[in-house]
Amino acid sequence: MSVIQVERIKLFSTRSPWWCMVVAAVLTIGFAALTTAFLNSTEEQQATIFITQPGVQISQMVMMVMAALAVTTEYRFGTIRTSFQAVPQRTALLLGKTAVVSFLAGVIGLIAAFGGWLVGSLFAGSADLAIDTAAEWRLLAGEGLVFALSAVIAVAVGILIRQSAGAIAILILWPLLLENLVQLIPKVGDDLNKWAPFSNASSFINQGQDAGLAGDVGSNYALGPWWALLYFAGWAAVLLTIALFSASKRDA
Amino acid sequence: MIEAQGLTKRYGQTVAVDNLSFTVKPGKVTGFLGPNGAGKSTTMRMILGLDTPTAGDVRIDGQHYRDLHQPLTKIGALLDAKWVHPNRSARSHLAWMAASNKLPKSSVDKALEMVGLTSVAGKRAGAYSLGMSQRLGIAGALLGDPEILLFDEPVNGLDPEGIVWIRTFMQKLASEGRTVLVSSHLLSEMSLTAEELIVIGRGRLIAQSSTREFVDRASGTTVKVRTPQLDQLQGILQQQQVVTRIEDFEDQGKVLFAEGELTTDQIGETAAAHGIVLHELTLQRGSLEQAFMQMTGDSVQYHAHDELAHVADVNLPAPSGTEVAAGPKEDN
Repeated sequence: MSVIQVERIKLFSTRSPWWCMVVAAVLTIGFAALTTAFLNSTEEQQATIFITQPGVQISQMVMMVMAALAVTTEYRFGTIRTSFQAVPQRTALLLGKTAVVSFLAGVIGLIAAFGGWLVGSLFAGSADLAIDTAAEWRLLAGEGLVFALSAVIAVAVGILIRQSAGAIAILILWPLLLENLVQLIPKVGDDLNKWAPFSNASSFINQGQDAGLAGDVGSNYALGPWWALLYFAGWAAVLLTIALFSASKRDA
Repeated sequence: MIEAQGLTKRYGQTVAVDNLSFTVKPGKVTGFLGPNGAGKSTTMRMILGLDTPTAGDVRIDGQHYRDLHQPLTKIGALLDAKWVHPNRSARSHLAWMAASNKLPKSSVDKALEMVGLTSVAGKRAGAYSLGMSQRLGIAGALLGDPEILLFDEPVNGLDPEGIVWIRTFMQKLASEGRTVLVSSHLLSEMSLTAEELIVIGRGRLIAQSSTREFVDRASGTTVKVRTPQLDQLQGILQQQQVVTRIEDFEDQGKVLFAEGELTTDQIGETAAAHGIVLHELTLQRGSLEQAFMQMTGDSVQYHAHDELAHVADVNLPAPSGTEVAAGPKEDN
């Protein structure tokens, strides 16, 4: 698959993706250190794996920014035209980019989640942080899937918006603000929130977790965890399809 | 071979390219000539499948660009030297391009060598001067060793050294038997590099011919006459339906120009028959600029050329030292 190789060379031959990956991994691991390093012994008894994962969402945002930039910088510098000139089969090329970026985000998601857990286990040595339930495996390994799918959404938004600032604003405001703000709308607000894509991504991760020290994980879920993930994946697929369609029709 | 048939591109109300049909013949340098905004770049983007034509189509050896696989091995192009990620090295830029068309890694080194960028290949492309960027763009175009090459305004903004380099390079490519389509608004440049010309103005085809034919046909030939009996000679020539005009030059005084299919012999004989003294009688070949100005002037002006040009030129302050006044100006 030459398009995979093309996008791999492109991604690793500039510095910003490296920075994004390092920052994403360090954030989660750093936050895990902060939340677990200063626990007293009674707190440690109550700590669960959940408390080692506070930085994950920020890391996820960073990887989404990287994914969007992988597209928007091509538009900004005009290399998208060189790309389409080299590979006129635009859909294939952009799918290659999506695959590379999404795979990488998935790997970083796993590093972040398990790195956070590892650091937490070191600092809170007497806490029970063993991964022994399916839900706990989902909490950690599931981040790989969530990161990968978020990156697909970010690539799609990047292709549609074609402009860094706009795409990044959308990708940050949407999960962090918009999906929570809709809750304020009377009557339909709760449903809107329940069926929002990123809510379902967190629903996949958080459902059935023992939050322990971290308090409540909420219980307002529309779907079971794996259905929630599938629903999130559906959003990613639809957005990517629209983006690919638009990119192959549009003038480059 | 590149063939365009009724190629049209509209952006809302604006028509950038209007029913353009032309053929780029293989094994030659073809100049794609037109003033800024004539639709040259848009046409080139349509050839490369970057923009979709509103109507008509353009094919490369019978195929649409979008249907080509590994297009870099068939047609290489440099549309804009700045289409490079500034933080990516020249080598990496070429490396991904090579990978996209399954070209061997050695093709990158070869292309860098050809344009003389080997020693700076590891530097980030953003630090390159325009001339170096242009070389990198050409390296990208040559990467797949294609038989057809497309260059959009390759000498734009280059220093004299860069211009000479590009010119020589272009001639070298043609001598290797490649098909080259190069656009420019610099007419003098085209007359040096292009054998064939496709001339467009306001998105429409004005002419497709060899460069020599174009200049001959468009500007005809002008005979310059200096004589103390200026008015008398003009009267006689006008009786013979010859288009003439008189210009006043600071250094040479009044000069008569006779236009059309005339030879110096004819005018010399006419003068002798009427006992007119001649101080100078020279045949002047029109320049590409002149031809271009005449051809791109709008159609009304062009058809009414004989009458109007005469009037217009009399009122036109001819810059001193300029031997030939321009034809009708474009009126936009």
